[in-house]
Amino acid sequence: MLEIKNLHANINGKEILKGLDLVVRPGEIHAIMGPNGAGKSTLASVLSGNQAFEVTKGDVTFYGKNLLEMLPEDRSREGIFLSFQYPVEIPGVSMVNFMRTALNEHRKYNKLEPMSATDFLRTMREKKELVEMDSNLANRSVNEGFSGGEKKKNEIFQMAMLDPRLAILDETDSGLDIDALRIVANGVNKLKRTDNATILITHYQRLLDYIVPDFVHVLYDGRIVKTGGKELALELEDKGYDWIKKEVDGE
Amino acid sequence: MSEAILDQVTQGEYKYGFSSDIETDIIPIGLSEEVVRLISAKKNEPEWMLEFRLKAYRHWITMEMPTWAHLNIPEIDYQSIAYYAAPRKNAPKSLDEVDPELLKTFEKLGIPLHERMALSGIAVDAVMDSISVKTTFKESLNEMGIIFCSFSDAVEHHPDLVQKYMASVVPYTDNFYATLNSAVFSDGSFVYIPKGVRCPMELSTYFRINAMNTGQFERTLIIADDDSYVSYLEGCTAPMRDENQLHAAIVEIVALKNAQVKYSTVQNWYPGDKNGKGGIFNFVTKRGICKGENSKISWTQVETGSAITWKYPSCILLGDNSSAEFYSVAVTNHHQQADTGTKMQHIGKNTRSHILSKGISAGQGQNSYRGLVKVNKNAENSRNYSQCDSLLLGDKCGAHTFPYMEVNNDSSVVEHEATTSKINEDQIFYCNQRGISTEDAVGLIVNGYAKEVLNQLPMEFAVEAQKLLQITLEGSVG
Ligand SMILES: Nc1ncnc2c1ncn2[C@@H]1O[C@H](COP(=O)(O)OP(=O)(O)OP(=O)(O)O)[C@@H](O)[C@H]1O
Ligand SMILES: [Mg+2]
Repeated sequence: MLEIKNLHANINGKEILKGLDLVVRPGEIHAIMGPNGAGKSTLASVLSGNQAFEVTKGDVTFYGKNLLEMLPEDRSREGIFLSFQYPVEIPGVSMVNFMRTALNEHRKYNKLEPMSATDFLRTMREKKELVEMDSNLANRSVNEGFSGGEKKKNEIFQMAMLDPRLAILDETDSGLDIDALRIVANGVNKLKRTDNATILITHYQRLLDYIVPDFVHVLYDGRIVKTGGKELALELEDKGYDWIKKEVDGE
Repeated sequence: MSEAILDQVTQGEYKYGFSSDIETDIIPIGLSEEVVRLISAKKNEPEWMLEFRLKAYRHWITMEMPTWAHLNIPEIDYQSIAYYAAPRKNAPKSLDEVDPELLKTFEKLGIPLHERMALSGIAVDAVMDSISVKTTFKESLNEMGIIFCSFSDAVEHHPDLVQKYMASVVPYTDNFYATLNSAVFSDGSFVYIPKGVRCPMELSTYFRINAMNTGQFERTLIIADDDSYVSYLEGCTAPMRDENQLHAAIVEIVALKNAQVKYSTVQNWYPGDKNGKGGIFNFVTKRGICKGENSKISWTQVETGSAITWKYPSCILLGDNSSAEFYSVAVTNHHQQADTGTKMQHIGKNTRSHILSKGISAGQGQNSYRGLVKVNKNAENSRNYSQCDSLLLGDKCGAHTFPYMEVNNDSSVVEHEATTSKINEDQIFYCNQRGISTEDAVGLIVNGYAKEVLNQLPMEFAVEAQKLLQITLEGSVG
């Protein structure tokens, strides 16, 4: 579904992604790990169309369509969902209103009628249960005053509402307590199907105990420098990144 | 926020900017005692009305334009304005007699002038240039003793009420623009709700400036007698013209014992173009008096139009236990300037006032809140709570707050809070990532921000106002 070839991207003139390749097929879970500042969040931003980043080279296709030419909102409507590392607060905009607008924009894009108020509220209720989200949170403004963990849960809740084909979870596990981690991971697992895929950006092997990846990639200095199975995550937990850095820098 | 996004969202076009080809009776430009007499004569006014106008005119020539507002007002040549313009075929007896062009104009603006549009549940007085064109539902309201007519009609048919209350809240000496209005005002709406009557429908006046080089000076007087209730709406638009046009109106509200008046405005005069050319100068004096005990006046305004807005809907809380509210959303985009706010004067005991002001600035817009809360010595146990928020879109616009407070007794409490926030790129991108376009995102955020004020508007208007906010800011984020 997603094909990234030789992707280069800059921010403020500084090159962050330096020839990144990645292929994701339906039904797969990819974990991306790598040292701080390697470019993991940058990859997520570029895929979701954040204009702060400039793509200087390379191709990205999503189900055959050129992703890089699409507006961010169209990428979302095409089924790309980003769970932000730092979800922003939008005061005054209620979660209900926000979600209804988003969902109906998706439906419009797919030539469907807007969802009726009752159907919408029922869906909200179901999805809230999936991530065991406190009912009150959904009645508040988007992320406003939410705790760090609540914000992350809210991201997964939105993911459940929008039912993406490709979900990119950027450190959704950080800041979660043990119970919340389990709940969020369960949510992700429940949403998993053979026709959707997930990219998990994480620093911790712990998450991968709950969500078992098909591939583990190491992103270092703007490129995927190593790919393996689940056991690679264990190895990284054990040995850190130095040996990989040496391998790459020694090339 | 990046300029591109801002531009995209705030570059929307004004969609009421068409002008209509209507036969108009305009007097020559310029202002003098003769012109004042001419206006009065054209309206067949009684002697007392002419006297009032002349007093005002003679006072006006001794006055100067106020300069204390945070506004950059270009020189206005008061001799180059025509002070009276009227669609030629005025005072029609039935709809069939109304100039069809005129009906078309109001239809284009979405104003229901046909009584069969009773479904909309709003009685309308439509004022084009200087003249009240048509008041709907007059007869059915009459049966309840409610008077809803043009100001001129009121002068003719209800002179006692007009003489008793006109200028009782805004004296002709009040301020430069109010004095000018008192001398040359053309028409406007008049409302009287009798004792114990709850007006069953929204009353509404729709103001339209059409003619060129004219000023619009309307005057509205609302009297709510003991134990009555009325909700009143006011809307306004004007064609796009390159030159500035002056609008200097007066609204007076009198609420007697236990009466409640709710006054809502959606002000959408032509704001001028993107470069600040043209647009209406909206210099308006609105004031209500809670005259009787337990009375209540509530102002709600959504100000999206005009090149310059100078407007402070205020309340005098004279009756014990009376209360007043001021809810405002003011948007300035491109080169628009607004200096708006309120004055709450607590005179009676146990009086309450609540102020909620939401300013939105985009483009190079300048938005100021100016408010005065004054609690007199005898206004024991009075309370005021003011909240003034500013929202900025972009970094070339400005927001300013000028709250003044004067509390002259120990038992009263006056509180003021202010915040300033900015729509940032991250918020927009977050919405984009969920499938919401930038324009809709700004709409969501702005409407969310203004929600508490918009909720005060009658339903039909709230929806309109929401759309209007979004259109006004169209192209301001990019
Ligand atoms: N707005 C910006 N201006 C300048 N540099 C930036 C900007 N945003 C990101 N960078 C830089 O880009 C590099 C990659 O950042 P990115 O956020 O993609 O790293 P990451 O792999 O997600 O790291 P972490 O594990 O800490 O989340 C970093 O060196 C960062 O400082
Ligand atoms: Mg990161």
